[in-house]
Amino acid sequence: MMGRTIFIDPGRCIGCQACVSACRECDSHRGKSMIHLDYTDEGQSVASLPTVCMHCEDPVAPCAEVCPADAILVTADGVVQQADTTRCIGCANCVNACPFGVPKIDLGAKLQLKCNLCYDRTAYGLAPMCATVCPTGALFYGTVEELQAERPGVQVADTFVFGRTEVRTGVAMVVPADKVQWPVPGGLPVVEINGKDVRP
Amino acid sequence: MTADPRPAHPGATADPAGPSGRRAAVPLDPSLAPPGTRAFRDAGGIPADQWHADQNGETLVPTHCCFCGIQCGMYLRVNRAGKVFGVEPRNHDINRMRLCPKGINAYQQVNHPDRLTAPLMRRSRDEEFAEVSWDEALDFTVSEIRRIQEMYGKDAFGLLGGASLFSEKTYLVGKFARVALKTKHVDYNGRLCMVSAAGANKLAFGIDRAGNPFSDILLTDCLLIAGSNLGECFPVLTQYVWGARDRGATLIVIDPRETAVARTADIHVALKPGTDSAFFNSVLAVIVEEGLTDEAYLAEHTTGWEEVKAKAAAYPPSRAAGICGVPAEQIVQVARTFARAPKAMAWHARGIEHHSQGVENCLTVINLCAATGHIGKPGAGYGTLTGQGNGQGGREHGQKADLLPGGRSILNEEHRRQICEVWGIEESELPTAGTSMMEMVWQMQRREIRGLIGICNNPFVSLPNYRVVKEGYDAIEFHAQFDFFLSETAANAHVVFPVTTWAEDDGVMANAEARVVKHNKAQEPPPGVRTDTWVMCELARRLGAGDKFAFADSREVFDELRVASRGTVIDYYGITYERLEETGGIAWPCPSTDHPGTPRLFEDGRTYHDDGRIHLQAVEWHLPVDPYSDEFPMSLTTGRTIAHFLSGNQTRRLGALVEQSPRPWAEVHPSHGFRTGEPVRVTTRRGSEVFPALVTEAIRPDTVFVPYHWPVPTAANALTIDALDPRSKIPEYKVCACRIEHAGELDLVPSPPMAPGHVAYPETQVSRTDPSPPTSPQGRGTSEGADAP
Repeated sequence: MMGRTIFIDPGRCIGCQACVSACRECDSHRGKSMIHLDYTDEGQSVASLPTVCMHCEDPVAPCAEVCPADAILVTADGVVQQADTTRCIGCANCVNACPFGVPKIDLGAKLQLKCNLCYDRTAYGLAPMCATVCPTGALFYGTVEELQAERPGVQVADTFVFGRTEVRTGVAMVVPADKVQWPVPGGLPVVEINGKDVRP
Repeated sequence: MTADPRPAHPGATADPAGPSGRRAAVPLDPSLAPPGTRAFRDAGGIPADQWHADQNGETLVPTHCCFCGIQCGMYLRVNRAGKVFGVEPRNHDINRMRLCPKGINAYQQVNHPDRLTAPLMRRSRDEEFAEVSWDEALDFTVSEIRRIQEMYGKDAFGLLGGASLFSEKTYLVGKFARVALKTKHVDYNGRLCMVSAAGANKLAFGIDRAGNPFSDILLTDCLLIAGSNLGECFPVLTQYVWGARDRGATLIVIDPRETAVARTADIHVALKPGTDSAFFNSVLAVIVEEGLTDEAYLAEHTTGWEEVKAKAAAYPPSRAAGICGVPAEQIVQVARTFARAPKAMAWHARGIEHHSQGVENCLTVINLCAATGHIGKPGAGYGTLTGQGNGQGGREHGQKADLLPGGRSILNEEHRRQICEVWGIEESELPTAGTSMMEMVWQMQRREIRGLIGICNNPFVSLPNYRVVKEGYDAIEFHAQFDFFLSETAANAHVVFPVTTWAEDDGVMANAEARVVKHNKAQEPPPGVRTDTWVMCELARRLGAGDKFAFADSREVFDELRVASRGTVIDYYGITYERLEETGGIAWPCPSTDHPGTPRLFEDGRTYHDDGRIHLQAVEWHLPVDPYSDEFPMSLTTGRTIAHFLSGNQTRRLGALVEQSPRPWAEVHPSHGFRTGEPVRVTTRRGSEVFPALVTEAIRPDTVFVPYHWPVPTAANALTIDALDPRSKIPEYKVCACRIEHAGELDLVPSPPMAPGHVAYPETQVSRTDPSPPTSPQGRGTSEGADAP
């Protein structure tokens, strides 16, 4: 478990994309942004949600587990690094394995790209670029105590369930205080495969 | 978390000291927040020497963002060759490292390939521009000024400044007009920004600025935001809003659209555009009716309360609900929430100011604060959110038609005498008051003004009723423009002077809190580019007023400005460059060099009127100028998108921001039967334009929203009306009658044109020709592939 991590608070996100621009400015990806910004309720609301790599802990990073080239390193402090360029074969296994839809593939270069929690900044004790600039605090970097000191009563979750698989992450989400549900249901239930109803 | 059966969760097992050498957290603690303190500024900092090994020799220059009135602190990254190449967050009091996407991308314009690097000139508009020497461009300009003034009089030549300029430069604009050009016709684009709030504040309080610092938002119990899409226009302020909410403050948002901040509000009043003063009058009526007024405060600190009370009584919720199109219960709820809060604040912006009754709208908000005694206390007061970087400072030192430095009136004999003494001219030489920006354009149409210099403004996109603006500019005999990109307005000029960006000169700006901050020069201007100061001084020298404009740099101008403002309400005398570099900024008035500045006004209960009281003004609501009819039954309202700044001359060239909002759109309610992406024609009495529809329930069914950063043929301002508030002369951008209809072919939705000389990036081109509309009310699509140039 990392001491400090990113907390994502969708209730604060205004969809401004400062995180997207900031990620591009961070030196670790050389002009490419590793953040997804989604509009979750289009046509009804302006709600939005940033997605950064969740740095899965248990099971250890599905992307790293399925990598046939052993290109994805998980550091001792739990940061799931982007693929080692000298090893990555651009097979996209990691893209398929990630339950949060995070890694990207640069098809031209046959390389995987993903958030590595701004290792170049966090190693010096600074916050990742996205959480540093986020004007609203929808991306917060620090300990849960620091978060709770700043936002009294805030509730967070770091375990998500996809079907029967539970994934515990290094990055946590802020969940509504009055609707704490543990673990948080992730993804969409599979109801049909090849036209057959597979609901349990 | 309480349901978690396991003890561990993020942070629970953390080593409290954490990995090596980390900075202290940046807490949102109001006790640490008062402006001027260094508590936040130095809490973090960037160990520049510890990383970016490939940028060996990089330096970080502390400065501020060039865009909106928040003035976030930032570092510009400068490489060994002395060129700005990036940005680094800065832990300044105002923003505490936070930046919005405009701030993050702002540095890209400094060395942008579109930069103008030589004066452009042509003798008539039929010719193409040619690059010429500075001497040739200056000589031609001076000969044209002389010719026009000799033929038609001094006042036939006008000057239009900009509120993105440093205060030193805005001071020079006013002095240059009056001393070198000797014309009364000078005004600035802040006239399109927040002059309604300025007028109302001056009327009520005798001082033209916000009453409270941003940090007071953290202390309030009830925050009322009126007419501000705060999330998109001032994103960095949301941390204060959320901070207040975390501490239990109630959030009230008054806006026809459900913006990102309105979405989270406790009470969102989606009123019909143009009905704000009826709404606030009604809120006041409820407060009076329910005995929630602070009578002791009113008796001791105000005048005019009886008239205000009587006028408000004419707007009971039952009547106002009909006018505003909101439930009467909501009006009652707002009144009770605001009045009963121990501390309440009201912040407003263009949404209530861009009206032919803009000053009245702001006055009704002031009435509300005064009636409940929410003035001049930590967490209680009022503020106005400045749109332009120096929208506040830009009008303080004489750039405005009726003002002299220090906010002195040009019609007041004593004030005139004082300034003539500073400037070393005879009082008889000083012109009188001129007209406002839009009125000057009308005078250009009527050929009363024959020549014009525009400095860092882009009226072809920013003024309402484009047809009139184009006619006005086409009618003048000579037009020179200062800019660093060839804006739509500059493309219409005879002479274009290439000037510096904010990163290439020193200077100060005053943000929305009236906090003066210093911008520092980060790089030398490209060869061929001069500072606006140099160009104005050189023109003045050639016009024979060189002795009054012998300024070598910004510091010398600032020192004269300090003296010129001494003893006024807007007193900068105690503010020096050194003090600004030591502190996080100083709020004026600051009369002496040992004065700490004045972040919060009226703490002693006295206003800046002679009697020390708030002069309350009774307000009668009236319909917007452009009448609704069967043909034009709906309201068109305009505003900003987060990715772009004002006329877009700067931000429409930055790949990431173009990708984020490539084009304007028409936001409509689902009840009209459009599908997102369909072309919708918006027609007003001024014209008709086609936009892709963005169908959303986040807007009133009787209202259409179009963002205004683009030029024709997708210019919202080809549709808006050039009706003005009679007092502030601000145009009524926020409401005009319109109709919407299907536009037929998708081809009718044109791509925004590229500015002449534009160097296109592949990513940018893809965005500009992409027929798909934005995918959300913020006008943003997926972030993937949004690479910076």
